[in-house]
Amino acid sequence: MGLMDKHAIIEKNATLLLVGSLLVVTVGGIVEIAPLFYLDNTIEKVEGMRPYSPLELAGRNIYVREGCYLCHSQMIRPFRDEVERYGHYSLAAESMYDHPFQWGSKRTGPDLARVGNRYSNEWHVQHLMDPRSVVPESIMPRYAFLKDAPIEVKDFSTHLVANARVGVPYSDDMIAHANADLMAQADPNADASGVEKRYPKAKVGDRDGNPQQVTEMDALVAYLQMLGTLVDFKTYDDAAGYR
Amino acid sequence: MKFGTEIVVLSLFAFAALVAAGFGVEGPFRQHMGVLFFAVAGFTAILLRNTDFKPAAPIDTSVYMDGPIRYGAIATVFWGVVGMLVGVIIALQLAYPHLNIQPWFNFGRLRPLHTSGVVFAFGGNALLCTSLYVVQRTCRARLFGGKLAWFVFWGYQLFIVMAATGYLLGITEAREYAEPEWYVDLWLTIVWVAYLILFLGTILKRKEPHIYVANWFYLSFIVTIAMLHVVNNLSMPASFLGSKSYSAFSGVQDALTQWWYGHNAVGFFLTAGFLGMMYYFVPKQANRPVYSYRLSIVHFWAIIFLYIWAGPHHLHYTALPDWAQTLGMAFSIMLWMPSWGGMINGLMTLSGAWDKLRTDPIIRMMVMAVAFYGMSTFEGPIMSIKTVNSLSHYTDWTIGHVHSGALGWVGMISFGAIYYMVPKLWNRERLYSLRLVTWHFWLATLGIVVYAAVMWVSGIMQGLMWREYDEQGFLVYSFAETVAAMHPFYVMRAIGGAMYLTGALLMAWNVTMTILGHQREERPMPGSEPALRPAE
Repeated sequence: MGLMDKHAIIEKNATLLLVGSLLVVTVGGIVEIAPLFYLDNTIEKVEGMRPYSPLELAGRNIYVREGCYLCHSQMIRPFRDEVERYGHYSLAAESMYDHPFQWGSKRTGPDLARVGNRYSNEWHVQHLMDPRSVVPESIMPRYAFLKDAPIEVKDFSTHLVANARVGVPYSDDMIAHANADLMAQADPNADASGVEKRYPKAKVGDRDGNPQQVTEMDALVAYLQMLGTLVDFKTYDDAAGYR
Repeated sequence: MKFGTEIVVLSLFAFAALVAAGFGVEGPFRQHMGVLFFAVAGFTAILLRNTDFKPAAPIDTSVYMDGPIRYGAIATVFWGVVGMLVGVIIALQLAYPHLNIQPWFNFGRLRPLHTSGVVFAFGGNALLCTSLYVVQRTCRARLFGGKLAWFVFWGYQLFIVMAATGYLLGITEAREYAEPEWYVDLWLTIVWVAYLILFLGTILKRKEPHIYVANWFYLSFIVTIAMLHVVNNLSMPASFLGSKSYSAFSGVQDALTQWWYGHNAVGFFLTAGFLGMMYYFVPKQANRPVYSYRLSIVHFWAIIFLYIWAGPHHLHYTALPDWAQTLGMAFSIMLWMPSWGGMINGLMTLSGAWDKLRTDPIIRMMVMAVAFYGMSTFEGPIMSIKTVNSLSHYTDWTIGHVHSGALGWVGMISFGAIYYMVPKLWNRERLYSLRLVTWHFWLATLGIVVYAAVMWVSGIMQGLMWREYDEQGFLVYSFAETVAAMHPFYVMRAIGGAMYLTGALLMAWNVTMTILGHQREERPMPGSEPALRPAE
C-alpha cells in the first residue's frame, strides 16, 4: 500500500482531516512567534523608553481611530536614504509599549517614527486643519474637526488600567492621576510638575491655540510631537545593540 | 408559532443593544450600539410581519437546503458592488484629495471599509454560499443542524454591518484586515464556530465514502481562520461599555502576530477557500474530471503547511529579528511550488475541453482566474526576496500585487461560480445573457491589466525616487515631490478600477434578470454551433 493509498484513510475520516490540517497549520506560528516572547535579544534594553502620558495616549487613540497607519509608517529601515530622510533606524524597544503596534505597511505619506520636534505645534495644527496650505502637493484629508472636538473622557484611568493589564508598566500613582495629568499636560496655566515627574520629557502646554479647552487636536499633536523623541541617539551605542 | 423563538431572542438582543446605546462611556460606542439596535429591531419587525400561528408545513429533508445559498449568492453580488464602489471612491480620493469628507468619509476610515467590504463581505459571502452548495452536492447530504445555516448567514451579515458602520464611526483596532473591535470580534467568533459545526456536521453525515478535495480546502480554510482570528484579536477592553480595546501584544510581537494573521487571511481566506471553489466549479463547468488526484493531495498539504510561515515577509528590514525575516522569506519562495500545483491542476482540468474557451465565457472567466492566480503567486515570492522588498515595500507595487490576486483570482473565480450557480439555484434554464458575461469578462480583464500595470510603474518609480542620490551625494527628491509624481497613475488606477466595477454592475443586472426569470434573446456565442454544416 503506497503513501497515496494511505491518504484514503484521511479522506474517509472528517475528524482526522480536521485535526490533521489544524496541526499542520499551527507549526509555523509556533516556531516563528513564540520565541519572540522569550528570546532576550528580540528587544534590546534602551535608555529613555517610558509609557505614554495620558494626553499622548489619548492622541495615539485618535491616530489609530483616523487610520493614519494606512498611509504613514512608523518604522525606519536601516537604509542610507531612509536614515537621512527620517533619522536613526527604528529600534524594537521604541514600540515596546505600543498596543497595538503602528509600524504600518504603506507610505502614501512620509514615515512618522521620528516626526516629534521636527515642526512647531502651530505647523501641525495648520497642517491638520488644511494640509495643502502648508504642503501644496499633499493628498492628505483635512482633520479640522479635531479642533472643535473636546476630548471625551469620563474616566481615562480605565485606559491606563487596560494597558497595565497587558503589560505596560503604569504605576498606581500614574493610574490615580490619569485624568488630572491628561488635563494638566494641555493647560499652560496648570501645575504640571506631576506630569513631568511621572513622564520624563513630556511636553506641557496648549497646542491648538485654545487654552480654555482640551481638544482632540491638542491630544493628537501631543502624540505626534513625542514620536521618536524618547531615546537619545547622541548617547545610544549602535554596536552595543548589534544582534 | 413560526419564528417564535427567534423573535423572543432577537427582541432581548435588541433590548440589550438599546441599553448599551444608553449607558456607553463614549459617543462612537453609543452610536454603534444604536446601529445595532436598529439592525436587530428591524430584522425582528420583518420576522413579526411574516409570522403566523398555523402549524408549520413539514420541511422536506430529503432535498438539499438551498435557501441560505440563494440569499448568499445575492449577498455576494450586492456586497461585491458595494465594496468595489468604495474602492473606486478611495482611489479617486488619492487622486483628488478634496473628495475626502471629514470625519466619516476620510480616506483613513473608508479604506478599511473597502478592504473588509471586498475581502469579508464579498469574498466571505462567496465562500459561505459556495461552500454550503458544494458540501451538500459532493457529500450527497442535506446541511446539518436545521436552521443553523440561517443563523450563520444572517449572523455573518450582522458582522458585516457592524464592522462597516464601526469603521465610519472610527471604531477600529488598527490591525489591517482585522480592524473590528472586541465585541464585533466576539460575535464573529460565535458565527464562525457555528459555521464550522455546520460544515463539519454536513461532512460527517455524508453518503459518499470519500470527502471530495474541494471540501478539504474549505475545511482547512474554516478551521485556520478560526485560529488566526482568535489569536490575532486578543485584546483588553478599557471598558465593557466602550469600544476601545488594547491589543494583548505590543511592538515586535504584535507586528508579527498581525502579519501572521494578515498574510494567512490571504493564504486561507483568499486562497485555500477559493481553491475549494475552483476544485468544484471548474470541473463542473468544463465537464471534465480534476486533472490529477495525486497532485491535489501533495499541493493541499504543502500549501497549508508552508503558507502559515510566510507572514514575516511583510516585516523585512524592520525591527523584527533577522532570523524571523529570513525564515519568512525562505518559506515564501518555497510557497511558489504548491501554489503552482493548484494552478496546474486547475488549468489542466481543461485538457480535452480547451475549445470551450471560445464558446463559453464562464469557463473563460474561470481560466483567467486561475491564470491570475498563477501570476500573482509568482509575483509574491519575488516580492518576498529581501532585496526586491527593500524597493517594493511601502510602495504601490504591493497594492498592485494584492489587486492582481484579489481582482484576478478571487473576483473572477467567484464570478464564474455565481454564473454557474444562479440558474441552478432558481431552476432557470440558462442565464439571462451569455453576451453580458462576455462583456463582464473583458471589462474585468482589461480593468485588472490597467490597474496592475499602472501600480507597477508608480510603485517602482516611487521606490526609486525615494532612494535617488545626485552626484554630490544628496537625496534628489523631497517626499512631497514623490507624492506629486503619483497623480497621473492614481487617476489611471481609478479608471482601471471603474472598469472592473462596471463589469460587476453588468453581473448584478444579469443575475437579477436571471432570478426574475427573463432570458435575453441574443445571437448564440460564435462557435457554439458549427459554422458550416455538412450537406444533407
